[in-house]
Amino acid sequence: MAVSEIAVAAGSRLERPFVDILKDAAITGAVTFALALPLVGFQTVDQTTAIVLRTRFPELFYAVAVIFLGRLLMLLTNAGLARPIAAATGALSLLWLANGFFDVFEPPHMVLGWLTWIADTVVALRAALVMRRRQVAAAGYLRSDFGEHVVVMVNRLGGWLAPFVAAFAVALPFLPFADQRVMDIGIAILTYVMLGWGLNVVVGLAGLLDLGYVAFYAVGAYTYALLSTKFGFNFWEALPLAGGMAASFGIMLGFPVLRLRGDYLAIVTLGFGEMIRLILLNWSDLSNGARGIGDIPRPSFFGMPFTPAPPEGVVAFHQYFNLDFAPIHRVIYLYYIILLLALVTNFFTLRIRKLPIGRAWEALREDEVACRALGINPTNTKLTAFAIGATFAGFAGSFFATRQGFISPESFNFLESAIILSIVVLGGMVSQIGVVVAAVVLIGGPEWFRDLSAYRMLAFGALMVAIMVWRPQGLLAHREPTVRLNDPKRAKPS
Amino acid sequence: MGYFIQQLVNGLTLGSIFGLIAIGYTMVYGILGMVNFAHGDVFMIGGFISVITFLVLGLFGLTWVPFALVCMLIMSMLFTSLHGWAVERIGYRALRNSNRLAPLISAIGMSIFLENYVQLLQGARNKAITRMLAGGFQLLEDSSGFTVQVSYMQVIIIGTTIVLMAGFALMIAKTELGRQQRACEQDMRMARLLGVDVDRTISLTFIMGAALAAVAGMIWLLYYGIVDFYVGFLAGIKAFTAAVLGGVGSLPGAMLGGMLIGLIEVFFSAYFSTQYKDVAAFAILVMVLIFRPTGLLGQPDVEKV
Repeated sequence: MAVSEIAVAAGSRLERPFVDILKDAAITGAVTFALALPLVGFQTVDQTTAIVLRTRFPELFYAVAVIFLGRLLMLLTNAGLARPIAAATGALSLLWLANGFFDVFEPPHMVLGWLTWIADTVVALRAALVMRRRQVAAAGYLRSDFGEHVVVMVNRLGGWLAPFVAAFAVALPFLPFADQRVMDIGIAILTYVMLGWGLNVVVGLAGLLDLGYVAFYAVGAYTYALLSTKFGFNFWEALPLAGGMAASFGIMLGFPVLRLRGDYLAIVTLGFGEMIRLILLNWSDLSNGARGIGDIPRPSFFGMPFTPAPPEGVVAFHQYFNLDFAPIHRVIYLYYIILLLALVTNFFTLRIRKLPIGRAWEALREDEVACRALGINPTNTKLTAFAIGATFAGFAGSFFATRQGFISPESFNFLESAIILSIVVLGGMVSQIGVVVAAVVLIGGPEWFRDLSAYRMLAFGALMVAIMVWRPQGLLAHREPTVRLNDPKRAKPS
Repeated sequence: MGYFIQQLVNGLTLGSIFGLIAIGYTMVYGILGMVNFAHGDVFMIGGFISVITFLVLGLFGLTWVPFALVCMLIMSMLFTSLHGWAVERIGYRALRNSNRLAPLISAIGMSIFLENYVQLLQGARNKAITRMLAGGFQLLEDSSGFTVQVSYMQVIIIGTTIVLMAGFALMIAKTELGRQQRACEQDMRMARLLGVDVDRTISLTFIMGAALAAVAGMIWLLYYGIVDFYVGFLAGIKAFTAAVLGGVGSLPGAMLGGMLIGLIEVFFSAYFSTQYKDVAAFAILVMVLIFRPTGLLGQPDVEKV
């Protein structure tokens, strides 16, 4: 292997004996082997009468080799070989991508190919970072945190970019490439952006970890579905009711539990989320159980439906505007509804942060005891955050119901809560633009790469762990103080 | 009366499983103050490793039941505890001094990862094995003619659980390792100053918790005959409920809580409704946290500023 030759050649320059490093990497390889042996090495295959066992040893050994080499290179990077390793792995990363196109060398499984590329690229980036850090240190500067620097830059850019992103979102339906598929993905992303912004009030601003956010989404969806199918409410009439219903659920559920500490609260909210789902699943008289509610009315444009042949005495949208009927009109209309709802959520959040209640949330997040000493009522403050977050989930839920036309309890499982939470967390808790970026990556990405969708949740979980380990405060988290004494920008020269 | 005793036996069997998982939650919470959300999935992995060991033994024709059971137990404990160790090493160690939410979020990510990892590697359908130990005996017959049946499997399950828990309690109370663990639980920094290897102790805690969860996974497999990749989610939450009910941080509490949750679930299904048995478990969790957050046997924890 070329790497070991480099290592031997540079042996004298290593800051740690090569044998030592090799031993460390070998131990890692052995542990990986033991870890992967039962679940990767053997596969249980269902057959008609019983399950049988198949072996997957090539995959097993390949995976172990990748981990061993990755660990070896990482240790060598730390021991002072950052430059050659950055160059070699960087080149290999590109080669591997080319290999993906031309299929010269084929790993035992497609996922292992991806794993190789990711591991290699991570090693390359890390080597580059270590290299830079050493240069900075050698030049005698203070050690700069590169990650922090990037985050500050992205957040500054975010402030600049936000109007452009919003303008792009508004203009999207009229752009030439906006077909049905693009619009559907746009709607999906915006729904999650809205949910993320809503949850951000609870998790980001008030610092309450809510693992059952999807419960309020479900309440909103079922409120609209039931009001419209049983009592003939239309979307716009039901929307505030759905929000109010979700808010009252938020207060009802929040009131007894909000005095609990962070992680207890998280588990209780998870319990509530699952309870709501199980009740919807089993209380068939109300919710029609697992079969769900269908034929939920679509929204109309000021009373004008989006149907090719409206009933007698009703003017359809395309007739009023003298257009040819096209199904995409309704999709575009739905897109604008969710865009509007999302922007309202964003605007509301941005403004309320500056009100006393918003300040109280953030203060409470930082130090509850100090807040209590200063006369802030923690329960009421937390309850408002909970209720406001729930309201937005309720709005999003009724939008979901009207968009899908069909809802069932299966749409509101824990995974959904976890996805929304990870959008907020990956976005960096508090960062509004971060939520947008995370939603585009997490929701839009898998929609485009449909073939890889089986691996979506796997990558999701791994990403959550990796980001927490790398940046526990969130990917794009950067806390600008909301108020500053002696603000350098505002300070007048005296 | 007979019906009641029958449900009692069934409840204790289920409670053994929850109790074994709950110990892992409670130990980790005691030392690190975090909810190891992935622990339920470690339990699920224990079940899968048991299935695989069973099939590997079948390949070699080693199907003598006592031998196969011991083999499955050992293999499952061995490999699952390695998974438990890896979860801590990869997901939590770097976050030990970070804010409270970071380890929990990392644990949720770990849980999602493990579920999908097993689903992708072993398939989404549930894995059924043939019943290894059939038969049982009749405990008693009441006046109405209802006979209480106890299967040999239930005897083995409850017996194994009692032996394991006794051994475990003894280990915590008497051995060097147990002392170190209790020291870390009380004051990690002080323990470190006095020469306790904190990293090693925490790793061993995760290993032991995972080993007990592996036993629970194997019991689950033997008792129900099936295991699937999603089984850890609900069982994990119920076991966590058990740990909270007994008082998080307290080992006897975890065992007691496990038994109680098992009994409540079985009696609720027997006398009220099977559909809402999971709702009952969640409702208990919420009730306990609201009215007695310290649990039945827990110490109240003091908020330090």
